[in-house]
Amino acid sequence: MSDFMRLEHVTRTFGGGALSTKPPIVAVDDVSLSINEDEPKITTIAGESGSGKTTLARLLMGTITPSFGSMYYRGKDFTKLSRKDSWNFKQEVQSIYQDPFGSYNPFYKVDHVLETPINRFKLATSRQAKNTMIEDALAMVGLQPGDTLGRFPHQLSGGQRQRVMVARALLIKPRLILADEPVSMVDASLRATILDSIRRLNREIGISVVYITHDLTTALQISDNILVMYRGSVVESGAVERVILEPKHPYTQLLIESIPQPDPDNKWGDEPPSARFEDFDTMFGCKFADRCPHVMEMCADEHPPQFHLEQHRQAQCYLYRDEADVMEDPDLATIFQDRRAELNV
Amino acid sequence: MVTTEQDTRLDVASNDDYALRIEGLKVYYGTPRGLVKAVDDVSFNLRPGERFALVGESGSGKSTLAMAIMRLTREPGHIAGGHIYLGDRDLVEMEEKQIRSIRLSEMALVPQGAMNSLNPVMRVGDQIIDGIMDHVPPGEGAPNRTELNTRIHDLLVRVGLDPTVARLHPHELSGGMKQRVAMAIAISLNPHIIVADEPTSALDVVVQRQIMQTLGRLQEGLDAAVLLVGHDMGLVAQFADTIGVMYAGKLVEVGTVPDVFKDPKHPYTKLLIQSLPSFDISRQFVGIPGMQPALLNLPPGCAFNPRCPSVHERCFREVPEYLNLDVGRGVACHLFDEEATN
Repeated sequence: MSDFMRLEHVTRTFGGGALSTKPPIVAVDDVSLSINEDEPKITTIAGESGSGKTTLARLLMGTITPSFGSMYYRGKDFTKLSRKDSWNFKQEVQSIYQDPFGSYNPFYKVDHVLETPINRFKLATSRQAKNTMIEDALAMVGLQPGDTLGRFPHQLSGGQRQRVMVARALLIKPRLILADEPVSMVDASLRATILDSIRRLNREIGISVVYITHDLTTALQISDNILVMYRGSVVESGAVERVILEPKHPYTQLLIESIPQPDPDNKWGDEPPSARFEDFDTMFGCKFADRCPHVMEMCADEHPPQFHLEQHRQAQCYLYRDEADVMEDPDLATIFQDRRAELNV
Repeated sequence: MVTTEQDTRLDVASNDDYALRIEGLKVYYGTPRGLVKAVDDVSFNLRPGERFALVGESGSGKSTLAMAIMRLTREPGHIAGGHIYLGDRDLVEMEEKQIRSIRLSEMALVPQGAMNSLNPVMRVGDQIIDGIMDHVPPGEGAPNRTELNTRIHDLLVRVGLDPTVARLHPHELSGGMKQRVAMAIAISLNPHIIVADEPTSALDVVVQRQIMQTLGRLQEGLDAAVLLVGHDMGLVAQFADTIGVMYAGKLVEVGTVPDVFKDPKHPYTKLLIQSLPSFDISRQFVGIPGMQPALLNLPPGCAFNPRCPSVHERCFREVPEYLNLDVGRGVACHLFDEEATN
């Protein structure tokens, strides 16, 4: 078993330095996760703004380092990578960001974002090979090279710009793509096409994908496994159908009930409670205790451990203390399902 | 007209009973390359207390329409024709001075992205006062400081905020709290029409639900009509009573939410509903093929013809007219020409 990336008890805090009067903000709190390249999967990291999902992605991207805990890239300690390993890492991990306009330099033609990685990583030997590579990558995401190349970013629609970014990520042949809200700024009618091209990268080329979103409907459509984050902790995780169609943690239940269903017969219930920070000291107990409809006395005392509810799911909630065992292996990837068996690959 | 005899069913005796009537409204932008018809001949009515949602892709003209209703169209845009009747007064004809006395007191806007519409260097309470003092109807005297403080306290509680928020600056608030402040300003003079332009576009699902439910509660308290502009069909299904679908500057379908979701008429509405992601995994998740045409260069005939699965010869020749199928139900598509005349 070869782990491409492994996070062990990773915590990342911001602020709270020696001169600060405020306590540090814990953006990611004790997360252990591995990404295995033998079984390329699409893993969703879901949660509301401020839940730490983007911080977790930035840790995986290597742009920030953990405050506590350790991170490994192909079995090597991330903080002590050699120059060569660090170069390989930059090639093997690529990201797609939320804003399809911010990723471009408006003074350069679209070709520039596609040519730069080829030149930088010396992927092509001739001019012709380079053009073929670019055309193949564009075709893979459903774009016509004639409609796209030679144009400036402002001449393309948001959906086209985002697909060019997918094509760019594809050119470099990475092992892992981190997609941070890739469709939240794109029209609903175009979302399907972009997500479909990301899914094809995974299914056809075998690239692992980490999809960061707050939109659980698209998560269910494209991903295999999901982590639901709340204030830095992974409150529930496992196989995507199990978690989304039958949520167990009260926070996941609230998230799923709040999705506006396009069905006039299936309306929202009453207004959900807002956070009441003053009522509970959430430093020690469960972070969701102040909003939880099932809160118990024990929730305020100690942070709940990961309960292994079923083969492909865990939840950090005391409601399941009688029916489930505490997970011994903290690595969340151990509960993820392997889809290769089903797909017969 | 087919509709006259059926109007009684909806207890609408005459045009005066509508809170707002839009008739043949046209908003054009003059650009160096020609005239962009962002809103082209749009008509619809809003009953008191009704929740009407206007949906469409970006660039379909829905925000331009909402801004025109508030008379906030900016250069190079201008209202090129049509009427906006508030009771028996036509807003299109009014002077800017008269409009100011109507804004906020009769008709209020909850803007898109409240984070950018609040003044960063003013306390929340002062911004609410600013709106009240500027738009208080000429008949009523300006309230004094004590009255204002009670009003701010009351408004913040109504939108679900702690009254101490009045002392804070916008940067100290979360996105959802800022949107609530924008709603407090909007309802500060008890308007009977609220125009909400994508009020939750940058918020996540739980906050979005809280904001929409607060808006619904406020609207019921005031018995105001709401015009919700958005592209999220899920939100529309949850919130609205009636829906209008816009495509390339035209209103292509209008109906009640259950009618439109269960039996969409226009091929664009059908595709729009099919393209929604849902929890039904077995269903194929498809986008709408092609792109919305550039408004400067619309195809001849129906603007949807390059993307339409049921396109026929007539669609390339004639622009379909808006046809009334029933009271409050209509469509602009050649497929229904015969049905409407029968």
